[in-house]
Amino acid sequence: MDIPKEKLRWIYERMVMIRRFEDRVAQEFAAGKLPGFVHLYAGEEAIAVGVCAHLTDRDYITSTHRGHGHCIAKGVDVRSMMAELFGRSTGACKGKGGSMHIADVDKGMLGANGIVGGGPPLACGAGLMAKVKGTDQVAACFFGDGAAEQGTTHEAMNLAAIWKLPVIFVCENNLYAESTPWTYHCAASDIASRAAAYDMPGVLVDGTDVFAVYEAAGEAVARARRGEGPSLLECRGFRYYGHFQGDAVTYRTSEEEEECRRRDPIERFRQTVLSQGLLTEDELNAIDESVAREIEEAVRDAESSPMPSPAECLTDVYVDYPAAQLAFRH
Amino acid sequence: MVVATRVISYREALNEAIRLETRRDPTVVIMGEDIAGGAGIGHIESVGAWGGVLGVTKSLVSEFGRQRVLDTPISEAGFIGAAVGAAVTGLRPIAELMFVDFFGVCMDQIFNQGAKLRYMFGGKAKVPMVIRTMIGAGFGAAGQHSGCHYSVFTHMPGLKTVAPATPYDAKGLLIAAIRDDDPVIFFEHKLLYDTTGEVAEGEYVIPLGKADVKREGSAVTVVAIARMVHVAMEAAARLAGEGIDVEVIDLRTLSPLDEEAILESLAKTRRLVVVDEDNPRCSVAADIAALAVDQGFDYLDAPVKMVTAPHTPVPFSPSMEQFYIPSPQRVIDAIREVV
Repeated sequence: MDIPKEKLRWIYERMVMIRRFEDRVAQEFAAGKLPGFVHLYAGEEAIAVGVCAHLTDRDYITSTHRGHGHCIAKGVDVRSMMAELFGRSTGACKGKGGSMHIADVDKGMLGANGIVGGGPPLACGAGLMAKVKGTDQVAACFFGDGAAEQGTTHEAMNLAAIWKLPVIFVCENNLYAESTPWTYHCAASDIASRAAAYDMPGVLVDGTDVFAVYEAAGEAVARARRGEGPSLLECRGFRYYGHFQGDAVTYRTSEEEEECRRRDPIERFRQTVLSQGLLTEDELNAIDESVAREIEEAVRDAESSPMPSPAECLTDVYVDYPAAQLAFRH
Repeated sequence: MVVATRVISYREALNEAIRLETRRDPTVVIMGEDIAGGAGIGHIESVGAWGGVLGVTKSLVSEFGRQRVLDTPISEAGFIGAAVGAAVTGLRPIAELMFVDFFGVCMDQIFNQGAKLRYMFGGKAKVPMVIRTMIGAGFGAAGQHSGCHYSVFTHMPGLKTVAPATPYDAKGLLIAAIRDDDPVIFFEHKLLYDTTGEVAEGEYVIPLGKADVKREGSAVTVVAIARMVHVAMEAAARLAGEGIDVEVIDLRTLSPLDEEAILESLAKTRRLVVVDEDNPRCSVAADIAALAVDQGFDYLDAPVKMVTAPHTPVPFSPSMEQFYIPSPQRVIDAIREVV
C-alpha cells in the first residue's frame, strides 16, 4: 500500500498519542485526581486512526463512551481533553461533559456518548446535512460490539442505506460488551455480515492492523464521498484496560491477554515501517518523545487550570432562555 | 400597514408556517412518516401529496422536492436522532412525531442527545430543530394515541415546549420555533386541526415564552393550555351570564413559562384555576399551582384549583373518554368553588 510518508508519521504519532494519553489517564484516575469514571481506548488505536486518516475537519464522527481515542484521531486538542477530564474550566466542554461527553464540533467530533447506540442516528443526521447541502463531507460512526445489538444502530443503518447517506459505520468489536462476550450477545457469526440486511458493503477487518483498517476505511470513505451510500466495517481487536477503570477483568483468559499484547497495533506498525524502511527508528523515537512531552504538558496545564465557578452550572443549557427560570427559586 | 388576513384552519396555518420558512431558509428540511406521502411513487409530486396522517405537510413535496421533504421509515429513534445530528451540523430540521405517545421509542434521542448536547459540549454546539407532534383525547384513539404528555418534555432542561390553541398562534409560534436555535417540541392538538380563525398572510413571529390573555376578566384567572383554552373560554362565556368575570390566559409556551403573565393576572383577580388535559402528577398544572403558592401567595384569596385529566391512560369508549377530558362544566364547578 502506498501511504505518503507524512501520513505514516501522522498515523504513528496519533496512535502513540492515544496510548500515552490513556496510560496517563489510568494513572491519574488511580491517583484519585479525576472525577467520575473513565473508559480507556488503549489497544484499539489502529481503528480510530486508520479511519480518521481519511477524514478532514469538515467531516464528522460520532463516538462512544470509550471516546478519547476518537477525539485524538480526529484532531481534538489534547490539552483541552485532559483539562476536561480534570473537570477544569479550560476543558473542551468547559467541565460540563467530562470523559463520556468530550466533544469538539469545530473539529467534526460530535461527542463521546454515554448511551450505547446513541451515536448512529446522529451520524445519519450529519450525513443528511452533507447530502442536502450537496457537499462531499462524510460521517464516520464508531460503535462497539455491544451497540451492534441496539435498535438505533439498525435503524440508522437502514436509514443511511435507503437515503444513500455518506456514513461509514465502524463497529469496534473488542470482544466484550462490558463483560459479556460478543459470541454470546450476537446471534450472527460476525457483525460485518449484517451489512447484507441493509444492502451495503460489509467488511471484517483486523482492528489491530492499522494498514488493514486504513485500506478498508479508504474504500468506504471514497464510496461515501461518491454519493454511493454507507458501508459497514467490523474492526476486531482488543481493549487493554477493562470496560471501565476499576473493572477487574475477570472474564478474560491469560491466553487472550497474551494475544492482545502479541498483536499490539503500535508494535505492529513499528515493525512494518522499520522492516520496509518507510520510517527510521530515530524518526519513531522522536515522535515518542514529543508525544510524551505533550502529554506531560497537558497534565501540568490541566492541574494548574481553575475549576469552573459553581454558577457556570446555570449556563449553556439553551441558546436563549430566561435565566431566572434556570436557577433555584430560593 | 394593513396586513391581509383570511379565515383558515389550524392545519392550514401550520402548513403555511412550514412552507414560508422552508422557502425562506434553505437549511430547513422536513422529515417524518408519510409526510410527503407515497415516497417512491412517481406521480405523487404532480398530484400534491397526501401529507401524512396529520395532513399538515400536504403538498409541500410538490414545492420543495424529495431532497427536503423526507418520508422516513417507521423508525422514530432513527429519524428523530438524524434530525438531532443534522441540526448540530448545520440544518434546521422539522421532524414529525406522528403521535406524541410514540415518544417512548425515541426518547433517548430527544432527551439524552438533542436536549443535552449543547450543555454537555459546554455551549459549543446548538441544536436548532423542531419536533412537531400530535396530542390529545377526544377522537376515540384510546391509550396509545391520545395522550398530551407535554409535561414530560416541559420537565426536561434543554427543550422548549409549545402548544398553540388557535390558527393565528399556531402559525406565528411555529415560525418562531423553526427560527429558534434550541430544540423545540411543538404540540398540536388533534381536535384543533379543523378549527378555523383569522390568520394574517405572510411571515410573522409570536415570541416563545409569551402567554396571551384570550379574555380579560377580574373575578378569577383561568390558565389553560391548547384545546383547554377553548374549554375555558366556553366556561367563561357561560359564567358571564351570571356576572362572573373570568380572565382566560392561554399559555402558548410551556417552557419557558410566562410566569410574569400568570402572576400579574393573579395580582388582579386573586384567584387561580388551571385547566390542563395532561395527567396531573408532576404536570404543568401542578407547576403553575406551585408558582402561585410560592411567588403569589400574598395575592391568593382562595385555594388554587387544578382541572386536569385523571391519573389514568386515555380510555377508548366515548362515555369514559368524555369523562376523562376536562369539560366546561368541571371548569365552572372549580371556578364556583373559588369566587
